[in-house]
Amino acid sequence: MNLHEYQARSILRAAGVPMPDGDVASTPDEVEVIAARLGGKVVVKAQVHAGGRGKAGGVKLAATPKEARELAGKILGMTIKGLTVEKVLVVPTADIASESYVGLIMDRESQRPVFMVSAAGGVDIEEVAATAPEKILRLPVDPRYGLFPHQAMGLALFLYRDFAQARAAAGIMRQLYSVFIANGASLAEINPLVTTPAGAVLALDAKISIDDNELDRRPDLALLRDESAEDPSEVMARKAGLTFIKLDGNVGCVVNGAGLAMATMDLVKYYGGEPANFLDIGGSSNPEKVVNALRIITADPNVKAILFNIFGGITRTDDVANGIVAATSQFKVNLPIVIRLTGTNQEKAFEILNGVGMRALSDMDEAVKQAVALAKEAA
Amino acid sequence: MSIFVNEATRLVVQGITGRDGSFHSKQMIAYGTKLVAGVTPGKGGQTFEGAVPIFHTVADAVAITGANTSVIYVPPALAAGAIAEAADAGIQFIVCITEGIPVLDMAKVMPFVREKGARLLGPNCPGLITPGVAKVGIIPGQICAPGRVGLVSRSGTLTYEVVNHLTNNGIGQSTCVGIGGDPVIGTNFIDVLEAFAADPGTDVIVMMGEIGGTDEQKAADFVKAGVRKPVVGFIAGQTAPKGRRMGHAGAIISGSSGTAEEKIHAFEAAGIAVMRRPVDVVELVKARLNN
Repeated sequence: MNLHEYQARSILRAAGVPMPDGDVASTPDEVEVIAARLGGKVVVKAQVHAGGRGKAGGVKLAATPKEARELAGKILGMTIKGLTVEKVLVVPTADIASESYVGLIMDRESQRPVFMVSAAGGVDIEEVAATAPEKILRLPVDPRYGLFPHQAMGLALFLYRDFAQARAAAGIMRQLYSVFIANGASLAEINPLVTTPAGAVLALDAKISIDDNELDRRPDLALLRDESAEDPSEVMARKAGLTFIKLDGNVGCVVNGAGLAMATMDLVKYYGGEPANFLDIGGSSNPEKVVNALRIITADPNVKAILFNIFGGITRTDDVANGIVAATSQFKVNLPIVIRLTGTNQEKAFEILNGVGMRALSDMDEAVKQAVALAKEAA
Repeated sequence: MSIFVNEATRLVVQGITGRDGSFHSKQMIAYGTKLVAGVTPGKGGQTFEGAVPIFHTVADAVAITGANTSVIYVPPALAAGAIAEAADAGIQFIVCITEGIPVLDMAKVMPFVREKGARLLGPNCPGLITPGVAKVGIIPGQICAPGRVGLVSRSGTLTYEVVNHLTNNGIGQSTCVGIGGDPVIGTNFIDVLEAFAADPGTDVIVMMGEIGGTDEQKAADFVKAGVRKPVVGFIAGQTAPKGRRMGHAGAIISGSSGTAEEKIHAFEAAGIAVMRRPVDVVELVKARLNN
């Protein structure tokens, strides 16, 4: 789960990381009040989960509170990569002498949190990693011991020659590490970490992602989720216990298991179609999940055909068949449905479907081909 | 022959009285697995299905029944602790089925498992099966058949799909191993490839990968450098969008890294025959079994 910049800022500031004052607003009036309080020039920043906010016109500099208000009027409500801007962050401008990058990620290879720091800050760190890897210092941290003071100092001295600045930066490294562990983060980064002409070290922008697996035991973190920043169908799916990701195609897919769900989408593409979604109903056999899955998929006006692909291992295919029958009796599905069921209780499932005049297939390729053809006919 | 589980496997089930644990324990017993003990703290002294003794701790189960392998079906918040308990009790092969364990928990427990000299399979995996001998986990026994193809995969039902194609076409398996879809796992592709390469009962290896991370690319390098047995591969997620977690916690394209394209390219460069569809496994494996 990605946090908004203003949420990441408030967590880091609470941990003691020096960041300029600022506040979040959802109306131009509020923006004007905040800008007047901060005084001087301010930056108005769109709060959406999308990269490239600046290029999209979502980050603007204002000389006066009145200008901040006008700019906020334009940014609030604008769409960036399909997401509507509901909130803006207002922060004072800072005089910058140098910009660095400080990031902490959960690294799959070393199986530890890894610091990445670079004096080439304020830019895309992936690009630096690809073009000038020597400009990045990487340090895996053993989570059993935490970040030792000398390790924090080593990272800081890679960025700053001035010892006072290095000491300040080392403190920020330790604070960032504490925030990462305390919040079950998968990523926490400060970009840029700047020095001012007066010599102060400040964090200007921050990003934090929380490991989704932490949210069950951390209801306080789950409260930070901004549902207005997500696709409504994905919010509905999560509440129904389904994993759903909306795509742009017209073949709706209902599958059990994440790997098989991806392979099903790929096969739709292989046979000339476009998948409308990723949807995993999981391993349990609950007919209600099937009903919810069909509701979510039929709500997408792009969908022209629905494809079920169920391999019954733990999932009982007769439960899925019962779910399909229940859904079609609860609400009208005006789309062609192609059903592939194989495995546990397959004969029973076929009987249930035949009983209501529906047919099922047992071959995945045949089912995908039929669904793609039906979607093309209807398009 | 086989890898990781065989006739000598003596299994303890952690969480044997839970809903998933009890269901799958019955299935494992029915398949012929030597299930010698169960562990549920607070239920020590009872028996499971009137035959399997239940203990409060894994240490007791090991001391009394000689268990050497463990499978874990406990809730995510307790699972990392259960892994540590098994390793501390001297279990050498630990299989964790549980999905949803916080990654930081895994990062803390993995060094402990290594210090104890144990191997962990998973978490968030379907376990493994040596057809006709033993199954540890949740892979349905009826879709497998004994034979000489070794299979390793990051997923569950996609594995079943491919195994089913093999079995229906008369191609049996030595061992089928699910390594799991989480970012931090105990056993990776290379560990399993190494074991299959050394197993005299395995002639062809099937490797089922997916988007996210670089494990498949490293496995491809490993194959190129020294696996003398033919390898057939698959990558799921060619149509997955960037930056979205596709069900499995580890199945995410970060920035421009971990794409299906990049992995398929690495496979091909290593001489791994790539299936475009799951059903292609049949022809690709057949052609290599006969050589």
